[in-house]
Amino acid sequence: MNYWPLLGVAVIVIGFALRFNAVPVVVCAALVSGLLAHLPVPDLLALLGRSFVSARMLLLFVLTLPAIGLLEHAGLREHAQQWMGRLRGLTLARLLIGYLMVREVLAMLGLTGVAGAAQTVRPLLAPMSEAAAEKILPTLTDDDRDELRAVAAATDNVGRFFGEDVFIALGAVLLIQGFYAQHGIDLTPLSIALWALPTAIAAFVIQSVRIWLYQRRLERRAALLRDGKAS
Amino acid sequence: MLRIEYAYWLIAAFLLYTAWLNVRQGHGYRAAFWLLLGLLFGGGDYVLAQQKAGNAWPAQIAGGMVIALAALAPTMRRHAHPEDSRAAERAASARKLGHKLFVPALLIPLVTLFVALFGTHLSIAGHAVFAPAQMTLTGLALACVVAWLAAARVARAPLHQGLAEGRRLLDAIGWAALLPLLLAALGEVFTHSGVGTAVAALANAALPEGSAFACLLVFALGMVLFTVIMGNAFAAFPVMMAGIGLPLLVKQYGANPAILGSMGMLCGYCGTLLTPMAADYNLVPAALLELRNPYGVIRAQFWSAVAIFIATFVMMWLLVFR
Repeated sequence: MNYWPLLGVAVIVIGFALRFNAVPVVVCAALVSGLLAHLPVPDLLALLGRSFVSARMLLLFVLTLPAIGLLEHAGLREHAQQWMGRLRGLTLARLLIGYLMVREVLAMLGLTGVAGAAQTVRPLLAPMSEAAAEKILPTLTDDDRDELRAVAAATDNVGRFFGEDVFIALGAVLLIQGFYAQHGIDLTPLSIALWALPTAIAAFVIQSVRIWLYQRRLERRAALLRDGKAS
Repeated sequence: MLRIEYAYWLIAAFLLYTAWLNVRQGHGYRAAFWLLLGLLFGGGDYVLAQQKAGNAWPAQIAGGMVIALAALAPTMRRHAHPEDSRAAERAASARKLGHKLFVPALLIPLVTLFVALFGTHLSIAGHAVFAPAQMTLTGLALACVVAWLAAARVARAPLHQGLAEGRRLLDAIGWAALLPLLLAALGEVFTHSGVGTAVAALANAALPEGSAFACLLVFALGMVLFTVIMGNAFAAFPVMMAGIGLPLLVKQYGANPAILGSMGMLCGYCGTLLTPMAADYNLVPAALLELRNPYGVIRAQFWSAVAIFIATFVMMWLLVFR
């Protein structure tokens, strides 16, 4: 067994830990692993180029940028914030948990491309979350805003990941079924997808509780601030 | 027929436009970066077709261009763009346009949804409108174009202003946009260099004898660790299953394969929430939301991932050996 290609993993770990620019770190890791596995240089180059262009769909989000840029230029985020400010009953937790629910159900139906960081979080969910948080604590710092946006993105990810495994015709279930079929165990996709349901529910509950705790932290800080002013 | 390749050509055109604007403003390195990437997107189909026909040199040139991109990336200082210079103007425009601003933004998910649901049934004069491969993503690309046209109409702005604004956002994201593709390529290289089998061999060496619980725990943690390394649970799954899941858990300890497969995969998904290697979910959103800490999204996800992993593992332990 040739363990030397594992040094590529070490390059990644060290590079990310020292916060070097990630792009050269990743390319170096690929070259290190490939060379230590005695792949000939032309083959390694071809492998790198071929797998890069095969992954082009991962840059599809840039097509949202002209529309989003234009709308933000015309005040989309400001409007989302003003509108959130007017909606009395819609708290931060209700907004984020509601989004989590919709995102997870859509993913369960196989509709993962419908929402995402570029499609929905940046133009809509993040500014609305900021406005909802401002209703609780008007003196949000820049760090608070960063954390809020991160929580919105995390909510989007959790909803997507743990919903998509319930959908029978999506990558994960078919990969599992294909693996077993290759090794002589026949399963229906439905029987695999069904067992993703407990985790889907657990993920929804856990993320909702964390959102609620986050909101309570903001409320506590707001209460402390009010007490400080009153005394 | 609309195919996903058209979306790649659109991206290529947008990248080349970004490069052109950067040339005009004298940002040479940045222009070179977007130019190379645009060429890779425009020529990608040719590379893949030639590769299939047994001709490797276009792929080799593409590999060389990827290395050139890596050399250019550190020159692209990511700077938060001066967003608040026109805050009052934007607020006034927001008051004037009101809810109309939501319409183009919502068109992106809605048109995508429409294509995903009904795309297979759409045809013009007997010709299907959408190619069946990657239909949802083709729909997303179409939705972006529709939303761009609608946004220009709502904001009463010329179309090229959308491109200029989009280019501003793309420059702000900078090299982070490249990471998902590079990490996918790295995963392929790791697979071909035998990194997966080496990790599985190490996991097997660490495996205690005779305890079904310990074996399940090594399997679940191995899924997480391997996913953190590869950035993708799909790469971890076959390796961990072939190494531990199938020979030991299923064959020796009688684990239910459907439960083991499904919940084992979900353990891997918890790893995806934790790793910068899953750049499209963790690093690109951080750049897109202009967080100062590139690992901010991972930090926000950390305890969710830990709790979901524990919940999944406990349920798997209770259910899988019944």
